[in-house]
Amino acid sequence: MPEVLVVVEATREFGVKKVTLELLTLARQLGSPSAVVLGGPGAVDALSGTLGEYGAEKIYAAEHEEIDGHLVAPKATVLADLVRRVQPAAVLLASSQEGKEIAGRLAVKLDNGLLTDVTELTTEGTATQVVFAGSTIVTSRVTRGLPLATLRPNSVTPAPASAPTTPAVERLDVVLGEADKLVRVVDRVAEQKGSRPELTEASVVVSGGRGVGNADNFKLVEELADLLGGAVGASRAAVDSGFYPHQFQVGQTGKTVSPQLYIALGISGAIQHRAGMQTSKTIVAVNKDPEAPIFELADFGVVGDLHKVVPQTAEEIRKRR
Amino acid sequence: MNIVVLVKQVPDSSMDRNLRSDDNTVDRGSASNVINEMDEYAIEEALRIRETHGGEVTVLTMGPAQATESIRKALQLGADKAVHVLDDALAGSCAVTTSRVLAAALGQLNPDLVLCGAESTDGRVQVMPHMLAERLGVAALTGARKLTIDGATLTVERQTEEGYEVVTAVTPAVVSVWDTINEVRLASFKGIMAAKKKPVQTLALADLGVPAGEVGAAGATTEVLSHHRRPPRSVGQRITDDGAGGIKLVEFLATEKFV
Ligand SMILES: Cc1cc2nc3c(=O)[nH]c(=O)nc-3n(C[C@H](O)[C@H](O)[C@H](O)COP(=O)(O)OP(=O)(O)OC[C@H]3O[C@@H](n4cnc5c(N)ncnc54)[C@H](O)[C@@H]3O)c2cc1C
Ligand SMILES: Nc1ncnc2c1ncn2[C@@H]1O[C@H](COP(=O)(O)O)[C@@H](O)[C@H]1O
Repeated sequence: MPEVLVVVEATREFGVKKVTLELLTLARQLGSPSAVVLGGPGAVDALSGTLGEYGAEKIYAAEHEEIDGHLVAPKATVLADLVRRVQPAAVLLASSQEGKEIAGRLAVKLDNGLLTDVTELTTEGTATQVVFAGSTIVTSRVTRGLPLATLRPNSVTPAPASAPTTPAVERLDVVLGEADKLVRVVDRVAEQKGSRPELTEASVVVSGGRGVGNADNFKLVEELADLLGGAVGASRAAVDSGFYPHQFQVGQTGKTVSPQLYIALGISGAIQHRAGMQTSKTIVAVNKDPEAPIFELADFGVVGDLHKVVPQTAEEIRKRR
Repeated sequence: MNIVVLVKQVPDSSMDRNLRSDDNTVDRGSASNVINEMDEYAIEEALRIRETHGGEVTVLTMGPAQATESIRKALQLGADKAVHVLDDALAGSCAVTTSRVLAAALGQLNPDLVLCGAESTDGRVQVMPHMLAERLGVAALTGARKLTIDGATLTVERQTEEGYEVVTAVTPAVVSVWDTINEVRLASFKGIMAAKKKPVQTLALADLGVPAGEVGAAGATTEVLSHHRRPPRSVGQRITDDGAGGIKLVEFLATEKFV
């Protein structure tokens, strides 16, 4: 079986990210998955169990302070060396900011084509991409080099391998040049987000807009999100009004989400907001304006005051528990 | 500080955008063309840096003839001059070859700082700053929500999925910005008049020493095989809250197995 490299993303708090599990699931359909862990010392230990569960046959581990201490360039260098050596059938990364950045550098280093925001990839290397805010679907392929693609979160249903593996760990030499060490990370600040899933990875997203009214009322949005095990999102108007922090903005200039369920509360559904959420599987909207364009997308819409509808929704979910 | 701002012309994202059926490239006729929104923040940041640190702001665009409209707008906002990489052979360029051409142009301009948008609204690729930094062997500080300059040292605060990071490098460097970095200005009447006299240099591939066969559709590293419009979502159920809207909503969620 041809080897397919999957670049692992993980957080200290939650371990291997869901999108990496999706990547491994996809890689199993294409060949034999090898996970590539690029991080600081000790990065692999906490992750190898999960990677094996999702079918990684092998783990390439590059652990070095310099990798953690600098922005993406060292990761791209180590990965390029590995790709040159093992000549895999494909290289898969997450379509996160970092995934795309590593992939971009890799593409230049190897003079290799790059496909971003891919939702499907076949063994022949044909990729499906969603462009123009979800309005157009494209099939494409790399014509120079090997299939190099970044996968959009929530494109594949992650499934553990039928037989979990105990992946062999191969340590990689980390040989960096001066150009890899130009950008130093001087501080990393974790902003607390509690136990909620990450916005782009969540299966359920509950978003609030200007109609929520004020920052305090966002508690309603959070409460519903928590009852559904979801993440909280916000429209740009809500962010600009200071109701909710910018990193939760959904839309053209925020995050693109594609969850199983998207609930829009007090959001009108401007085209730039739709750009970030219209590929969601099921869409629910609560808005007091029956003319709001969000209803054009909604599988279920409630015309009404969210300050009445949302507490009742929360109450009813609790009752049914 | 000698600053180059990368400006890309894109189809207006608030209008209906399409790919062409003949060659699968962006249909520049189907929506009006505007400056990529995020690049406006890069222009603004460049103007602010010039106001405090002095220097010159040059706009660099690779794109077809109509991209001059976007160049003019950037000059009206206050950029000093512009370079337009214009060559028929560039049509159909992929990200990898675009970065090669832009890097060649930057090599001639030799700036201390390259500012660009964090991503373009047509591609949403977010790769250009790192591709350019890789080719030029300079630092890339991406996704800046704050940029401070102290002599040759650049410090950037950038949003991450877990919170934020502070990263630092010395010039020359590429910095990409998010729309959270500043508030953009509108062009003034004076700026609009002054822009008419500002120099716009046009460079062809030959001027950059890049062989035409290695870029554009001929040299592209990826290929679009087909495209189609996503079918519109089917119209769903809509109810008006009669006092039990929340309960009905939960009933819907229950039939869809979300609760
Ligand atoms: C370049 C550019 C980029 C942009 N990027 C983004 C982006 O990334 N994300 C984004 O979201 N927007 C973006 N926008 C902004 C976008 O155009 C809209 O302005 C924004 O999405 C509106 O947010 P909203 O729906 O919360 O507010 P509004 O449009 O003001 O809508 C508020 C809605 O709440 C409803 N409402 C009010 N009170 C209640 C109540 N009590 N109960 C129920 N409903 C109520 C109203 O009927 C209304 O429909 C961008 C715009 C531009 C120009
Ligand atoms: N053809 C181009 N001409 C000038 N700048 C560009 C071009 N393509 C991309 N850029 C710059 O690179 C940024 C990121 O683009 P992208 O990687 O396409 O998302 C954009 O915001 C622009 O500043």
